Amino acid sequence: MSETNYLDGNAAAGSLSELFAVDLTAAVARCNGCGHTAVFAESRLYVDAPGMVARCPGCESVLLRVVKTPNDTYLDLRGLTYLRVPSS
Amino acid sequence: MGIVSPGFTGRQRGGTELPPGQYLTRDFPVLSAGPTPHVLTEHWEFTVTSETGEKYRWDWAALMALPAEEITKDIHCVTRWSKLQTTWKGVSLDTLLADVETGADYAMAHSYGGYTTNVPVDDLLDGQSWIVYEFDGEPLDPEHGGPARLLVPHLYFWKSAKWVRGLVLSDTEDLGFWETAGYHEYGDPWKEQRYAGD
Amino acid sequence: MERTAIRRRLTWQVATVTDVRRETGTARTIVLEVPDWPGHLAGQHLDVRLTADDGYRASRSYSIASAWSDSQGSTIELTVEQVPDGEVSPYLVDVLKVGDPLEIRGPVGGWFVWKPEQDGPVQLIGGGSGVVPLRAMLRAHAHTGSTTPFRLLYSVRRPESVIYVSDLKELASSDDVDVRLVYTREAPAGEPRVGRIDADVISKYAFTPQDGATTYVCGPTPFVETVADLLVAAGHDPARVRTERFGPTGGPR
Repeated sequence: MSETNYLDGNAAAGSLSELFAVDLTAAVARCNGCGHTAVFAESRLYVDAPGMVARCPGCESVLLRVVKTPNDTYLDLRGLTYLRVPSS
Repeated sequence: MGIVSPGFTGRQRGGTELPPGQYLTRDFPVLSAGPTPHVLTEHWEFTVTSETGEKYRWDWAALMALPAEEITKDIHCVTRWSKLQTTWKGVSLDTLLADVETGADYAMAHSYGGYTTNVPVDDLLDGQSWIVYEFDGEPLDPEHGGPARLLVPHLYFWKSAKWVRGLVLSDTEDLGFWETAGYHEYGDPWKEQRYAGD
Repeated sequence: MERTAIRRRLTWQVATVTDVRRETGTARTIVLEVPDWPGHLAGQHLDVRLTADDGYRASRSYSIASAWSDSQGSTIELTVEQVPDGEVSPYLVDVLKVGDPLEIRGPVGGWFVWKPEQDGPVQLIGGGSGVVPLRAMLRAHAHTGSTTPFRLLYSVRRPESVIYVSDLKELASSDDVDVRLVYTREAPAGEPRVGRIDADVISKYAFTPQDGATTYVCGPTPFVETVADLLVAAGHDPARVRTERFGPTGGPR
């Protein structure tokens, strides 16, 4: 069943730039569920939801969640083994 | 902070019948935090697990054999849309939990696809919640949670777990998918309990 | 481009609309003056945030349509396609006017970008308004006097849906740039083919896997999935195919 109700990690760049000084969308992300390793920009991003949810393109498990409340931003990275950010 | 955008009104909001901060919608927005599970009714199963670990199971035929109710309720999504007088058909949780031996105060709803949400048991009983499988007289679409979803219309709609597959009862309160990421543990729209601490 | 290297956390800032241009019946280009714009790379985008007088807010992400150079300083362009039943795009296409303020946050995104110093030819494949960041790349190519071979495959419904008509003509006059339109519903006179991009189109008009091109695919999610699959099936290295999926994602957030 093909589904197209998602964008990709590129669309998370704005939200993540509010939190981090480096661009994480070009970082390499490893999925803690299946080990799939790819640029974060290639992850599947669900934005029509109460928060932003990035999922692994390999196994669809949650890589990252961002919820903005009026006072805080909640960032859940527990689905990522690592984010590898290029130096320089 | 920020500016007002000249001439921007956004979607229609307000109205006396709506909880604070909600706007009215006529269509039925589809919110999704992941891919839509496509669960065939012949494979569908609903399980209640009590705090002692006892399991109670219903397959699709067993669910269909239970007395069904027609339900008409307003629903309120935390993303600020409300939809009035939505009509559903399903089985009351009073019916499903009638033979479950439990003194638990809390329930965690689990869905196909991995979604979870926590609801107090008191909010599931006394005609307040259902496992629904029809919307507007038609079988519930997968994108709206079919074949069956939880319906707890007096709480924000994220509590009405789509593709529900079971309830796990517990003496202690755990938090579900959105509740662990900043959303309110209870979610009463009339008290505008959107976020943790509201 | 030195200033793009400044690392900082982004905050919202207020831009001013200095010009608007109708591109098609449903798309409009908005020219913005952004004080202290740090510059951007071709392909980057920004977020737009609208606020109603009661505090209600909605935000969306849009690709930047223009390339950046020192001479342009603080001017950038967005091209917005109106989404049926949308909330933000109808405001940007029909309501916003010259002189109005617009809250933005950007530039953001470091993956779907083209840098002039990058090796190898460039294949651009756009569907509908997915051509917007690709236009920024073509503009950057022209601005910098790059001789890197560029090819654009642009899938549109019908001739009236083409955005940047005159721009594309001008860009296509360069020896290094090849522009090819693919019509999916209705073609102009003299263009016999009507249909989506398929394996045949890819093999005829795109760089081959041996050319060592980097391919940028942008458009609605189904378009991007289909084209990326076609490229990989044709032997292209997935690591050299960069994708960006556009809305419309429709519903309120």
